[in-house]
Amino acid sequence: MKNRLKVLRAERDWTQAQLASALDVSRQTINAIEKGKFDPSLPLAFKAARLFKMSIEDIFQDEVSEEI
Amino acid sequence: MSKSEKVVTSEYKTQNNKNEKNLKMWSAAWAVSMAIAAFAPKYVWAFDTLITIIAVVISLGIGFGMLLSNRRYLRGLDEMQQKILFDAMGLSLGVGLVVGLTYELLEDIKLITFEPEIAHLVIIMCLTYFVGMISGHRKFQ
Repeated sequence: MKNRLKVLRAERDWTQAQLASALDVSRQTINAIEKGKFDPSLPLAFKAARLFKMSIEDIFQDEVSEEI
Repeated sequence: MSKSEKVVTSEYKTQNNKNEKNLKMWSAAWAVSMAIAAFAPKYVWAFDTLITIIAVVISLGIGFGMLLSNRRYLRGLDEMQQKILFDAMGLSLGVGLVVGLTYELLEDIKLITFEPEIAHLVIIMCLTYFVGMISGHRKFQ
């Protein structure tokens, strides 16, 4: 799964630690999500969507469905 | 939220540190209570049955306290940290079961002459757990 978390965070000039704090997770988790090594759960994805005031699809994209 | 904010106050981090500290305290208390239950009957109160039973019951109670503290710690972790920990625990349990039963079998089939010790199994499980934790953290790094 691809995501735009790093871009969105950079646009707002936030650090990974600040985003982690806002989403109530560890900085390591934000780092892993940004690198595409860990896929967040649906509740966490919704939380991120609420934080960035966007839809989940605008932040997270399923690579498989894009290929189809 | 701006980048210039130097101190990032994370509720997650604060709570996690608190849970971790709590777990360490319970674990230390349990280790001490186990040592007392194991050695004190022989060296302190000359196998007095009543005192020994009290020591064992207290150790058991502190052990359950540690389990509850561990549960609180696990539930307080975020989803990725939980996954790393659960994977490591699963690996440790699996290896412990397979190695433990094989180790016990070795004595039955006379491949070893000494009696298998539960402490050896605990060491194997601890080592496997730490290997699982390290590989889990590296995987998501």
